[in-house]
Amino acid sequence: MTLPAVEFRSVSRHFGTVRAVDQVDLTIAEGAFFAMLGPSGSGKTTCLRLISGFEKPTGGSIRIHGQDVSDVPPNRRNVNTVFQDYALFPHMSVRDNVAYGLMVKGTPKRQRLDRAEDLLSLVKLPGYGDRKPGQLSGGQRQRVALARALINEPRVLLLDEPLGALDLKLREAMQDELKALQKRLGITFVFVTHDQHEALSMADSLAVFNQGKIAQIGTPAEVYARPKTRFVADFVGSSNVLPPALTQALGGPAAWASLRPESVRLAAPGAVAGVVTAIRYLGAGSRVVLRMGETELAALVPTGDALPDIGTPCGIAFDPAALHVMEGA
Amino acid sequence: MTEAPAILPARGAGDRLTALFWRRPRVLLALLLAPPLLWLGVVYLGSLVALLLQSFYSIDEFSGIVKPEFTLKTYAELLRAQNMDIILRTLLMAVLVTAASVVIAFPIAYYAARFARGRWKAVFYLGVMLPLWSSYLVKVYAWKLILAREGILTWIADHTGTGPLLARALEEQWFGGSSLSTSPVGTFLVFVYIWMPYMILPMQAALERVPGSLLEAASDLGASRGQTFRTVVLPLALPGVVAGSIFTFSLTLGDYIIPQIIGNSARFIGLAVYQFQGTAGNLPLAAAFAVVPIAIMLVYLWIAKRMGAFDAL
Repeated sequence: MTLPAVEFRSVSRHFGTVRAVDQVDLTIAEGAFFAMLGPSGSGKTTCLRLISGFEKPTGGSIRIHGQDVSDVPPNRRNVNTVFQDYALFPHMSVRDNVAYGLMVKGTPKRQRLDRAEDLLSLVKLPGYGDRKPGQLSGGQRQRVALARALINEPRVLLLDEPLGALDLKLREAMQDELKALQKRLGITFVFVTHDQHEALSMADSLAVFNQGKIAQIGTPAEVYARPKTRFVADFVGSSNVLPPALTQALGGPAAWASLRPESVRLAAPGAVAGVVTAIRYLGAGSRVVLRMGETELAALVPTGDALPDIGTPCGIAFDPAALHVMEGA
Repeated sequence: MTEAPAILPARGAGDRLTALFWRRPRVLLALLLAPPLLWLGVVYLGSLVALLLQSFYSIDEFSGIVKPEFTLKTYAELLRAQNMDIILRTLLMAVLVTAASVVIAFPIAYYAARFARGRWKAVFYLGVMLPLWSSYLVKVYAWKLILAREGILTWIADHTGTGPLLARALEEQWFGGSSLSTSPVGTFLVFVYIWMPYMILPMQAALERVPGSLLEAASDLGASRGQTFRTVVLPLALPGVVAGSIFTFSLTLGDYIIPQIIGNSARFIGLAVYQFQGTAGNLPLAAAFAVVPIAIMLVYLWIAKRMGAFDAL
């Protein structure tokens, strides 16, 4: 039986009265591409820093590959980080940056510079070794940071919003590359992001953080299709959150439920109807917002289908299986 | 509906001047730069050139009148034993003061840059700057009292049983004296105290600019505290250390008051300049002495640059 790569046992990190991380239990399987998703201030970055050792837990214990690391400083954890701002050493060449991990270990110069060159090739930057970080673009710096974090062959690689500073096109290309790289190296990747699309498209499994606690943990498909709480439904993929009364009116039980905009079709006004209040064009489709009493409900209308006018009454239709009743409030 | 004009009317001289500067940006630049350039070029550099010229003249030994003819005779005089003595003593003092300032200032600057927040930051600035607000002479005389034979340091030494040790140290030929206030050690201590803020502030500014994430990255990659310090903190803080050392070094090289009040009356460059141009009336030799610190500083900066002190700038 393989031990989990990272294990949190009711870990807390409080800053004074602020509970940044509050009694979190978490298991990350070895070789997984794990995403920590949540809005800013939800505790996901603090969790990452607890794994790397830059924060000490105020309660609970953390195990990496079965070993308790509570008293182990960051430099002795076999875990490396790709920092949000990349944190490249500005006074060193790209090659020396990448070789840094081997340099502090005392690896002979020739050997470590050769290895740095290998890693620069791995991240598709061969021949960039002589440049200074300041001479590189954002995307190139990101690759250097990745190469530098991989040179020590860590068992767990931590990535703190690594794609946040890149433009959309580059971000999508890097998403594919990171995913391919993780498959190839077989290292556990733990990835912090506030972008639900990124988390859903890259991760094997993910944890959704809210106010220092994990709201839900599961595969992207599970979390997307069966959100446990209103928060998860709203945060992951901006689902419609239906109050108990409306769920009942739509044929469900009297409980909170979620309904994906892409599952909703517009229909002639029936038993349940609303008024069109906004239409937003998204390219592949349009997001039509209906006001139903106190609740706003969005429907995704594919481009090419007829759109209603703003202010007109409108009904909805959907596959009853798409209505997901949530366990939590 | 009345049409609003595309161009708003000028409201007065201010708008017309703004328009002029917008059309001719160089006019604004010239207006901004002319006064400081005049000051720097004529008054500041001009006086320095006048000084340099003086050093190439010589003094008539019988009449004591300056002969305005080009000669290197005055510079040759610098090489005489008693003059070389002054230069080497000053240089050694400046090096020791700078080294001690670096060692003492670094932890203070590091604390202020990395750990001090809010109120403690204010306390730091106040503590470092406060001595700069009081008179230089008052501070030097205060130290004369502290270092005097009847002063607090001797008193502490006597009451902690280290009195004999202090007495023994003061007997030492090349830095001793009848008391701390009349020994070169005293001169050194006061120099270190007086110039300390000029070392701490640039160091702190340099350390402040080193992002915390760089230290975390080094530690994350396996570096110990010592390795992080040597490979990341020090190289990035070096421009600040050099900037601070330029202050302490050049200020010590040129000071002529502290060696007069504290110490064994051995002469330093500043004091020599002061005496040669005043009492002795030997302006060329005073000028030649004044060129020495400039030459030393240029050599110092050249070495610092060669060592890569400014690479991280």
